Amino acid sequence: MNNQDFEFLAKLLKEKSGLTLTPDKVYLLESRLTPLARKRGLDTLDALVQKLRTSRDEGLVKDVTEAMTTNESFFFRDNTPFDIFKNHVLPAMEKARPNKKLRIWCAAASTGQEPYSLAILLKENWAKWQGWNIEIVGTDICTQVLEKAKAGAYSQFEVQRGLPIQMLIKYFKQEGDVWRINEDIRRMVSYRPFNLLSSFSLLGSFDVIYCRNVLIYFDQPTKKDVLERMHSALAKDGTLFLGAAETVLGITDKLRPVRGQRGMYVSTDGNAEELMGLK
Amino acid sequence: MKLCLVVDDSKVIRKVARRILEELNFDIEEAVDGQDALDACARNLPDVVLLDWNMPVMDGLEFLKAIRAKEGIEQPVVVFCTTENDMSHIRMAIEAGANEYIMKPFDREIIEAKFTQVGLI
Repeated sequence: MNNQDFEFLAKLLKEKSGLTLTPDKVYLLESRLTPLARKRGLDTLDALVQKLRTSRDEGLVKDVTEAMTTNESFFFRDNTPFDIFKNHVLPAMEKARPNKKLRIWCAAASTGQEPYSLAILLKENWAKWQGWNIEIVGTDICTQVLEKAKAGAYSQFEVQRGLPIQMLIKYFKQEGDVWRINEDIRRMVSYRPFNLLSSFSLLGSFDVIYCRNVLIYFDQPTKKDVLERMHSALAKDGTLFLGAAETVLGITDKLRPVRGQRGMYVSTDGNAEELMGLK
Repeated sequence: MKLCLVVDDSKVIRKVARRILEELNFDIEEAVDGQDALDACARNLPDVVLLDWNMPVMDGLEFLKAIRAKEGIEQPVVVFCTTENDMSHIRMAIEAGANEYIMKPFDREIIEAKFTQVGLI
């Protein structure tokens, strides 16, 4: 791929999804976009770039953006963010929300494992949450993965990565080769396509936000912009979870890490840590 | 180091499991069927048993019932690893005292995830 084509694609992806593509990622463009080119009846990646340059094919632009975003996900991925949710966040919210309303946002929901893991943790203690209005919103830029998330059907491999067998027995049904998550869990999560570069105002405010393994693909100003807007969308005593390789340090001072709780961040001007007994 | 007893009548499976588990810092013993596994447990009780279901002489479920009757429910941890992948087999295994259940084919990630869940890693 020549430099001009690379620059063109990098600029397009940055504009459309915030994804920052460095020249060492040329191989990713080639491995992910060549199959897409073929599917579109184009012989080569060069032909695909030509088509993008000359036509205003928004469908093609969308396909390219979706192909370039990473959608790997497991149930209870990395464990810690879910242990913290169960042991600290939920008990704190139970005390701090007399109106019994709880809103959770999975900002990179991918194929649904993260929001469903949270739904399962709530369901494990369901008697406690009777009478509560709990909303889990799962968003992703990629509409294709959201279709899979909505269907809630997973392969044998997918249900074995991170999901304890007891939970498979309790919350899934086997349908031939796939394992489908039960209807009552599925109904706890609502999905919608959403680009993190666009305004969060229509989403409302949240008590808990999971935004893991997304910021790593953004450049510094985009990270700052997204984090500060998340801070605004987050309740003062709310919590934000980022991926293991991500941080707010050196990017924004509106949020700060919670000592000893990997991946967990709270509002600098809030009281989340006291509420959770972590101070 | 923790000791894992790998029970499978297939030499290939035992070899693959051994390689993965040695990388995860387990000492490995092998047994070729349930009876062989019971004998191995009598000599040296492992921390964990990775257990196939369908084997000649004594199958995995019979072994599990025998070892739970003899040693109780704490030790060893038992992780089934079998091609039986339907809910009724899974329930049967858990009711008989299995701690986790792997449906073949497996890979390193699945073994690592399951062993982490039962607190061995």
